[in-house]
Amino acid sequence: MELVLSLGIGVLAAAGVWLILRPRTFQVVLGLSLLSYAVNLFIFAMGRLTVGAPPVLGAGPDIVSVDDPVPQALVLTAVVISFALTALFLVVLLAARGVTGSDHVDGREPHPAEPSPGHPDA
Amino acid sequence: MNPAVTNLPAAVAWSDHIVVLPVVLPIAVAGAMFLLDERRRRLKASLTFATVAAMTGIALVLVGWVAEAPKVYRLGNWAAPYGIVLVADRLSATMLALSGILGLCALVFSFARWGRAGPRFHGLFLLLLMGVDGAFLTGDLFNLFVFFEVMLAASYGLVLHGSGETRIRAGLGYIAVNLVASLFFLVGVSLIYGTMGTLNMADLARRLAGPSPADLALFEIGSAILGLAFLIKCSAWPLGFWLPPTYAAASAPAAAILAILSKVGIYVVVRLSLLVFGEGLSAGFGRPVLLATGLATIAYGTVGLVGARDLTRAAGYAVMVSSGTVLAALGTGSDAALAGALYYLFGSTLAAGALFLLAEVLQRGRAPAEAAGPVFADEYRDPFDDEDATDVGSVLPTGVAVLGVGFLLCTLMLAGVPPLAGFVGKLAIFVGVAAGPAPAAGWWLVAALTLSSLGTLMPLVRLGILNLWVTHDAPPPQLGRSELAAIAGLLATCLALSLWGGPALAYADATVSWLTQPQDYVRAVLGQAGGPAT
Repeated sequence: MELVLSLGIGVLAAAGVWLILRPRTFQVVLGLSLLSYAVNLFIFAMGRLTVGAPPVLGAGPDIVSVDDPVPQALVLTAVVISFALTALFLVVLLAARGVTGSDHVDGREPHPAEPSPGHPDA
Repeated sequence: MNPAVTNLPAAVAWSDHIVVLPVVLPIAVAGAMFLLDERRRRLKASLTFATVAAMTGIALVLVGWVAEAPKVYRLGNWAAPYGIVLVADRLSATMLALSGILGLCALVFSFARWGRAGPRFHGLFLLLLMGVDGAFLTGDLFNLFVFFEVMLAASYGLVLHGSGETRIRAGLGYIAVNLVASLFFLVGVSLIYGTMGTLNMADLARRLAGPSPADLALFEIGSAILGLAFLIKCSAWPLGFWLPPTYAAASAPAAAILAILSKVGIYVVVRLSLLVFGEGLSAGFGRPVLLATGLATIAYGTVGLVGARDLTRAAGYAVMVSSGTVLAALGTGSDAALAGALYYLFGSTLAAGALFLLAEVLQRGRAPAEAAGPVFADEYRDPFDDEDATDVGSVLPTGVAVLGVGFLLCTLMLAGVPPLAGFVGKLAIFVGVAAGPAPAAGWWLVAALTLSSLGTLMPLVRLGILNLWVTHDAPPPQLGRSELAAIAGLLATCLALSLWGGPALAYADATVSWLTQPQDYVRAVLGQAGGPAT
């Protein structure tokens, strides 16, 4: 399970980093979302992976094998905040698209002479 | 509150609730703001003014109250580390006073024009101040994250306030950079929790005084990642390229209040370095990096200042120089230098805020109006094309002279030239560094600060001549009454800081000697359980 989780976090983070370095704003938004998924899973994993352990409530006398509830509370807060800020970023993205007429992160299309990483033969 | 008393939840006196007011008051009024119609501007402006004035008053009261012992406020009277605590000590109270004074003046400035340049200005302004004050007061790392996010979310709105293509383009980059920085923050916080099992700062310090945990290296990695997030916020080189274009694009009152945002990053770095990494297992962690980063930030900011071609950009670089100065002074490990740096931080932040306001007054009407169409129906109103702008019409005959004097004071403060507080602060840093534990590294700081004084003075004088002496076709800048009051308020505080430099420096010295005794902080927050963790 550890391997699957760490691979999941790694793939999400790698894809996110690649996407936020892309020149189009929509790719940046997707990259930020993927990165925040990776970070949320990471916070979750910091509570240690346990299978079948109850949360604190109703744990009974066996207090050793309970799940740590704090990272779950943290991840809940982090999910809400990153969700709200992604929505806000989308609004700014739409405004930038409307004002500049371009979805490039610089607000203008790169000069045709410049080599563009997105279009190798442009 | 006597730090020696036990940790049993004591009866709370009414006056103890003053610690939570800087957080509760603005968020309650901000909530009311969003319910009020946009057309009731006068009511909204007066409500906001009353709130920010009350926050400033509370902060000034706290500065006096916590001089002897810190005030620890347990929310719901749950004892730390299980409950949430707010801690007002000398450093927090000073920073609260700084944010209050700067906020009050930026708000007064916005009464003339900018408060009407878009919807929901006052609500966002209050939320920003609430996030800033909460970040100064909170005693645990996760609430710090929450307050940071509140502050940043409000700042995204304020950067875009007034709309226009430049602001939206700058805002896009600003938001992207800060969202990534927040993710670093979360990774750092969760690594610290995963290794130390607590997020309360006092509890962290206590556990680091005890036996070494198995994964101390992992904890230090987490702290480094966390530090990265704060260094992005305080725009340390090479993480601060976002700052000058964003602050230059923002409207003047927003830019002035944003000057406090980078200082929140500085505050957290100072707090954590001295509390968690002052003593114990990881003592002195990150000091050399802070010194090197600070020096590089001073150098980068100075070079940027020399190359700046307009005043708002120059003010942005001045904010960077002031952040770099505090980071480098912290990195030298000298207490006296850090006290000087805190004194310098207070003055230079106010002066940078005043420079943003002055720049807008001086440059208005000069730049060709930006072609800015509305994107959303209720979004954009041209602040210079407003029929009921009653406060603006009064042209002071001596307006240019007043602006000139104000500009001169700003320049002297930021460049650190005698006789104002900027010089006193820099001199205190020099003296502290010379007597400090690492004089060799300290001389680099002395050299960098001296050169940056020159590098600040030259471009500001050049820009001043361009803006004040050279004749333009445009009419002379008009200075509204509230704009004059705002600029005068900031500069009067700078002057007071210079006149009462002795008491202020003594307060800063006492603050640093309190900060370098982390066990006192731990005892104040955790009570008698402040011994090493088992």
